[in-house]
Amino acid sequence: MQKASLNSFGNLITDIDQCNATTRKISLISKFITDIDPRDGAWVLVLLMGSRQKRLITGRRLREILQKNSKMPAWLFDDCFAQVGDSAETISLLWPQLKDDIKSTGLDGSGDIELILNGLSKSNPLHWWMETLFPSIKNLTETKQSKSILDLWKRLPDGDHYLVNKLMTGGFRIGVSKGLVVKSIAQAYKLKETSVLERLMKPVLANASWYELLTHPEEIERRDRGAIPYPFYLASPVEIEKIKETPPTDWILEYKWDGIRGQLIRRETGAYLWSRGEELVNDTFPEIIMMADNLPSDTVLDGEILCWDNESNKPMPFSALQRRLGRKTVSKKLLKDCPTVFMAYDIIEVNANDLRGNALENRINILKNLLNGVNHSILLFDTVKDFTHWDQVNKIREQARRDGAEGLMIKKINSEYLSGRKRGNWWKYKHEPMTLDAVLLYAQAGTGKRANLFTDYTFALWDAGNESSQERKLVTFAKAYSGLNNDQIYELDRWIRTHTLERYGPTRVVEPKQVFEIAFEGVMESRRHKCGLAVRFPRIKRWRIDKVASEADCIEEAQALIDIH
Amino acid sequence: MNQSEGVLRQRLGRGINLHSVAYGEPHKLGQANVSFHSAGHVLGSAQIRIEVAGEIWLVTGDYKRCHDPSCTPFETVNCDVLITESTFGLPIYRWKTGQEIANEIYGWWSEERQHPSILFCYAFGKAQRILAELKAIGVENEILLHGAVETVTKHYRKAGIEMVKTRPLSEIDREDPLKGRLVIAPPSAYRSTWMKRFREPQTAFASGWMTVKGARRRRGYERGFVISDHADWPSLIQTIKESEAKHVYVTHGQDEVLSRYLREVEGIKAESLNLLG
Repeated sequence: MQKASLNSFGNLITDIDQCNATTRKISLISKFITDIDPRDGAWVLVLLMGSRQKRLITGRRLREILQKNSKMPAWLFDDCFAQVGDSAETISLLWPQLKDDIKSTGLDGSGDIELILNGLSKSNPLHWWMETLFPSIKNLTETKQSKSILDLWKRLPDGDHYLVNKLMTGGFRIGVSKGLVVKSIAQAYKLKETSVLERLMKPVLANASWYELLTHPEEIERRDRGAIPYPFYLASPVEIEKIKETPPTDWILEYKWDGIRGQLIRRETGAYLWSRGEELVNDTFPEIIMMADNLPSDTVLDGEILCWDNESNKPMPFSALQRRLGRKTVSKKLLKDCPTVFMAYDIIEVNANDLRGNALENRINILKNLLNGVNHSILLFDTVKDFTHWDQVNKIREQARRDGAEGLMIKKINSEYLSGRKRGNWWKYKHEPMTLDAVLLYAQAGTGKRANLFTDYTFALWDAGNESSQERKLVTFAKAYSGLNNDQIYELDRWIRTHTLERYGPTRVVEPKQVFEIAFEGVMESRRHKCGLAVRFPRIKRWRIDKVASEADCIEEAQALIDIH
Repeated sequence: MNQSEGVLRQRLGRGINLHSVAYGEPHKLGQANVSFHSAGHVLGSAQIRIEVAGEIWLVTGDYKRCHDPSCTPFETVNCDVLITESTFGLPIYRWKTGQEIANEIYGWWSEERQHPSILFCYAFGKAQRILAELKAIGVENEILLHGAVETVTKHYRKAGIEMVKTRPLSEIDREDPLKGRLVIAPPSAYRSTWMKRFREPQTAFASGWMTVKGARRRRGYERGFVISDHADWPSLIQTIKESEAKHVYVTHGQDEVLSRYLREVEGIKAESLNLLG
């Protein structure tokens, strides 16, 4: 069994970072974890997937420690960071020239942290760093922490700072997705990818037993999954013209609800509600957990969690659901103001039978029968929409909008319940987004891959229409980061640099000249935003080079879009 | 013929009206005494020294201080007013020697025996410097050149610069899998149809910008070699101090950062030239 040292892990990270081919990345990881000490293996996977629960120390704090103990002015340090876009990397680039500024770290040599630091050596296994050294540093008082980190930096050879800082701050961003890690584990331990995915649904614990459970041979899999959710099957945006070439009888139409995806598991031991982010959300939606008592044991439902307005029999705006998200306890008032329902549309397990291999049509029938016997006010069943010809689809989608849904789902009638995003069987056909033309007002540099490029934009609308006689002002309305291609990003970046009016720290105020068409999913009233509105999923649809700033839209036009649903 | 005349005519046109002068040669232009001094940037690169009524101004243009076997070294010139570039004017930019980078490049190339290696870099200056640096560490293997690199390299050879043996890629049979060969090409060829001829090549970009990992990832290259023909942070500061200029104008790049640093940390009168309009 191989112990993974900091160095060998560092080499793995460098190798992965320096190759573009996915198959090669998989083989690098799989080779690395075959026969690894499970204590280190667990950390390798957790670090690669970026699924570490808590950050040991923030990048900002590390920067502050180095800057305050060196002679470099804070503004210059910040400019360096803005160029690099990554704290760990900035520190590793500046360390060689700043280390001489730090004469003594002031650690007095007695105490636990000194003992631990004295035990530092190149051959220490990865788990020693993650479980012994870093947590001890994390728990120190502010001054002692600063001294210990300086001491640690001084002990490291120049090339190692990047890796060690990254381990402390978390997140490598080297193009390793969870899917890629799953494939690597499957390859290294000769497992099926779906088995690995299922096992990864268990809470990540970064210890040897978690790693052993994850990688043990296929045969000794337990039959009862307990509270563990099945991997969700995800839909892709539809290419409607392609679908229309196939017979309509191959497909089922459902509404696409604008809530959060949920998997409701009922076992003898209780009920478990999982969100798509593989988070257990029992505490957030207690009424759904109570409702689940009415389900027979060993049932697993797939559906949507929605805030529901019983009077109109429609979902409430997404903002209502947002008030419920992320809460560990829910007040009585919130339960009353924003009541939730579970809209079931698929069934994954019934009577402890895994239905994933069955055809969708069959699963829907089973679901219908089951729900007929349950009958609970907050367990809804999403009916399949009748259609015989593709011409009807847009009409049904219009009706979906009136009924408060986000669009349509188009599912193959005989589709199995697969895992992850596999194209071909399940499609989403959303409404066209709303759009407004807004003026670029502020720009800020991005981070990571977009470091040193102005890619975080703030857009504004006029406070009055252009027929208005008074002088109009621009009011900020939305921030957007995506939607431009690389060439446009570079072009806009150059324009921003040459048309800056003012700077506030990293933010640049630019000449109000460039107009962009901003697409979004909805507008809500908001007290937090300057213009009194908040938009959902804003992104850039088009760079309107054909328009001048005075032709952009005004706030009134945005207000008109509130609750159009 | 002057060393760099060939390159200039090749880039600007055969028939241009070109009068070449030697480094340091004095010229009179109205009231001004004008002379050109080596900038160490690429073959023939020069700083311009202008003296009028006892006051000396120096315009550096692009320059670098570290050793480069493919061009004349930088010459320190004293002046009253200095106009300096600042492409890499942040403390994160510090260069290793060309020799160290040549060893890195050779290591990267010689480890890949099954597939071709493509090194992207600017066709004028950087490519020839890399060829000269590789020669200096004793590399014997022939290197293949993209057309744009080939035309400039030809003129460097005529000027007597010692470089590794090269051959235009166009002379190689299109079916040759180029196993273990190194090809040097300009960045514009990356992800262009020109790339189609290579099977699973490993790619790298040689540039000062490769200091920052994000800059490499954004461009999509697998490896980055940090080598530049511009001055790094310590060289900028060194050059400004050695010039003994009383007033420094900073332009082209990190002008605001560098001028602020000079004012606040070094106590040198300095300002950004771009902001003067």
